Amino acid sequence: MKIVVCVKQVPDTKNGVVFNPDGTLNRGAMDKVMNPDDKAGLEVALQIKEKTGAEITVVTMGIPDADAVLREAFAMGADKGVLITDRVLGGADTWATSSTIAAGIRNLDYDLIITGRQAIDGDTAQVGPQIGEHLGIPVISYAADVQVEGDSVIVQRQYDDRTHKLKAKMPALVTCLAEEITPRYMTPGGIFDAFDKEVTVWGRNDLKDLDDGDIGLAGSPTKIAKASDKVRKGAGETVNLDPTESVKYIMDKLNEKHVI
Amino acid sequence: MSLEEYKGVFTFAQQVDHKLEGVALELIGKGKELAKDLGTDVTAVLIGSDVKDLADTLAQYGADHVIVVDDPKLKDYRTEPYAQALTGVINEFKPEIMLVGATAIGRDLGPTVSARVKTGLTADCTSLEIGNFPLNAPEDKQKKNQLLMTRPAFGGNTIATIACPDNRPQMATVRPGVMVKCEPNKSAKADIIEYKADLTENNKYVEILDIVKEVGKKVDIMEAKILVSGGRGVGSAENFKLLEDLADAIGGTVSCSRAVVDNGWLPKDLQVGQTGKTVRPNVYFAIGISGAIQHVAGMEESDIIIAINKDESAPIFEVADYGIVGDLNKILPALTEAIKAQKAEA
Amino acid sequence: MDFTLDKKHEMARQLFAEFAEKEVKPLAQETDELEQFPEETVKKMQKLGFMGIPIPKEYGGQGCDTLTYVLAVEELSKVCGTTGVIVSAHTSLCCDPILTYGTEEQKQKFLVPLAKGEKLGAFALTEPGAGTDAQGAQTKAVEDGDEWVLNGSKCFITNGKYADIYIIFAVTDVIEDAKGRKNKRFSAFIVEKGTPGFSFGTKEKKMGIRGSATYELIFEDCRIPKENLLGVRGKGFGMAMHTLDGGRIGIATQALGIGEGALQATIDFVKERKQFGRPISAFQNTQFQLADMATRMEAAKYLVYKAAMAKQTQKVYSVEAAQAKLFAAEAAMAVTTKAVQLHGGYGYTREYDVERMMRDAKITEIYEGTSEVQRMVISGNLLK
Repeated sequence: MKIVVCVKQVPDTKNGVVFNPDGTLNRGAMDKVMNPDDKAGLEVALQIKEKTGAEITVVTMGIPDADAVLREAFAMGADKGVLITDRVLGGADTWATSSTIAAGIRNLDYDLIITGRQAIDGDTAQVGPQIGEHLGIPVISYAADVQVEGDSVIVQRQYDDRTHKLKAKMPALVTCLAEEITPRYMTPGGIFDAFDKEVTVWGRNDLKDLDDGDIGLAGSPTKIAKASDKVRKGAGETVNLDPTESVKYIMDKLNEKHVI
Repeated sequence: MSLEEYKGVFTFAQQVDHKLEGVALELIGKGKELAKDLGTDVTAVLIGSDVKDLADTLAQYGADHVIVVDDPKLKDYRTEPYAQALTGVINEFKPEIMLVGATAIGRDLGPTVSARVKTGLTADCTSLEIGNFPLNAPEDKQKKNQLLMTRPAFGGNTIATIACPDNRPQMATVRPGVMVKCEPNKSAKADIIEYKADLTENNKYVEILDIVKEVGKKVDIMEAKILVSGGRGVGSAENFKLLEDLADAIGGTVSCSRAVVDNGWLPKDLQVGQTGKTVRPNVYFAIGISGAIQHVAGMEESDIIIAINKDESAPIFEVADYGIVGDLNKILPALTEAIKAQKAEA
Repeated sequence: MDFTLDKKHEMARQLFAEFAEKEVKPLAQETDELEQFPEETVKKMQKLGFMGIPIPKEYGGQGCDTLTYVLAVEELSKVCGTTGVIVSAHTSLCCDPILTYGTEEQKQKFLVPLAKGEKLGAFALTEPGAGTDAQGAQTKAVEDGDEWVLNGSKCFITNGKYADIYIIFAVTDVIEDAKGRKNKRFSAFIVEKGTPGFSFGTKEKKMGIRGSATYELIFEDCRIPKENLLGVRGKGFGMAMHTLDGGRIGIATQALGIGEGALQATIDFVKERKQFGRPISAFQNTQFQLADMATRMEAAKYLVYKAAMAKQTQKVYSVEAAQAKLFAAEAAMAVTTKAVQLHGGYGYTREYDVERMMRDAKITEIYEGTSEVQRMVISGNLLK
């Protein structure tokens, strides 16, 4: 069995968020980590590997330094790593990103593709399902548990108030939730081995069946009109009113902020 | 086909178990505003099995038309038949805007459909308006009447406004609870358009083995969207009933400061602060909490902090967005009743 | 010269830091307060290979280097000095001498389970009458057929009772020198918990590192097989000193971590804490104190890393280890004391970590050779 796990390198918010003067994220000034949902997806793949001996290939798209997340995946137990990197792929939205990654995955053998539900920088939850759509395979998103049975995958899929137990024929794509799955730690020896492994690097020309109109900034249907730092809280206000007026004051604020 | 041929604002009217989600009505409310700016109308797309009778409700909340895709295959939500249904509607009716609620279903259906019809999708929007793009270009270089979609990203640390100038429909998923429903017109009847989608079973159909509805989930104050948090000023374990009532009314969870745990009023897993948990809910009520730095460290990232304390010099007022100096014993019961009353009205 | 970690070591540091933050930090206060050996944490570390970091893979270890091991002890000690010393004593004082002096059979039998994390190790040299002065030792081992018979006691033994495998030093021979003075000769033995005649005495009640189990070991006609003699008979003292050179790097690292942890806690605190209407970080005294603290810890860090590199590449590294331990321990003590001062009244309460860190720091100036012993080692080398 062959599993492809898609991971993204994202800025770490642990030590705060750094902005450029124009309000966009200053990614260079922040530490980078493997996206938490993706790491949960890798953990799911590793658990399947322990049961079935599956081979795990981890795929990422990003800047050349993004190979760090592949090393981390190796140190957790992944077998192979592919880095898709090329200047012409930069600035991609979810359509262009999913088109590109799907093209990369077409170069690989796979029974199961696992992605995280969403990345903490974009929070879109779109790339996983769209990769599945481009590849024409069934997609189950929001997975809290994933089991392989024969040629099918059985997934506990979370909705707002319920869980569906779903069965899909492989090849299939599943997106995983970090909340329900605790990823394992790397091991020190695993880290040392990870730096002796080869990472496969693919540029634009290694990706077949991919239209130039579907990649990078130019191939992205959505365009950023403006980006800004979140409006920081001003100094709060304090009122001293009688109880009835106080309640009215709170209700006004709750309604204003659409809390109720 | 040119982009101008795409007309109308469409909204996905999500229903589960024959019950419309609140966001379905909110989308119609927002859709009306957008449609007005564009000089067009709003069409709700209702997908399910035996759901036609919900169409009138959609009309009452402002839908000018309701497209109904009704099929037994659509009884419980599954990505593929729903994606086939919505894709069919988009290809047939060619809306310029397609709005979907950013629910667990909408965030699954949206990306699949947008990829299938090859258009952009902006996730989890909190604001939508019609405007020109690019924003600061000379007027003759701008595209008019574009949907400008604003969304938080990076856990709410950044805000981006996004357009989809060259593809149609312009698609967005919209965060539930942000847009406002119209006042319902109780006598409205739906203009129903029945649409037979091609729901051909293919490899992408998944089988539903089981559906489990969750009841009595374990309380996790770190996951709560609204926290009603009490401190020493609440006075006693019994008096936390006032906070529980408020939490029940507003759909929140009770948490507390360290003093409350030390007094044995509430268990440790509800404690916010340096030696408890760090929380960042949408709304944090700090009730009878003085606001020691150890407590503040655990809750200052909350979106909205509302503090009620009888001591006007309490440090909690320095971090609160809205501070109320007063007696919690008088304010809380009245506040709970006010919230209940408003919810009953809605 | 390059003072930055390469990507591999940086990733290892991230691993240790994440583990420390998620698994160790939440228990640090309780571990101290209840004087409780953190068994669950040790089990987790054993499973992740943290107990065999610098040991070669063929002996069940992770096949990393001394620097990686140092990074582990540093990150653990930043949040919990107790956890730091458990790893240090196990690795530097038990695994390392078996790796260095053990026969192939001893390595397979004892080192492999230690490094794999199936067993925990300890080291026992100190006796009630013999701390810095090793000649005061009373514990004896006498050959009897195929066995050695141990009698005596050891004190202040880290990981006592919880460890499965102990390196024990005992007098095996007394030599008379040319002037007729009696000179004790030591040998090292590997003793397993559960061996008849080997028991545990009282547990020490300590000022700091209160979760680390510090026990008295008692040997009463404890018979161990002959093949458990480690290294050469009579050469035990040199082995102990060489082992302690490695151990001192571990303790220097523990001190480094404690000091760095206290510095970070203080930085966080002074930004939050307000006096006279502004955060105390706005006061120049605070700023200058922090500058001194940071500079001291940075200097300590490079001495510790230098000692780690020396152990990796040199046969003898006594001076590097002694300098690292002397400086890092005194830096940790000074920095944690300043940290408590900058916390004011809060710093004196157990609500704040710096109170514990200051108590934990003190031991690093004392065990595995006091600061005075380190000065002797360093000056002895200068004046030889």
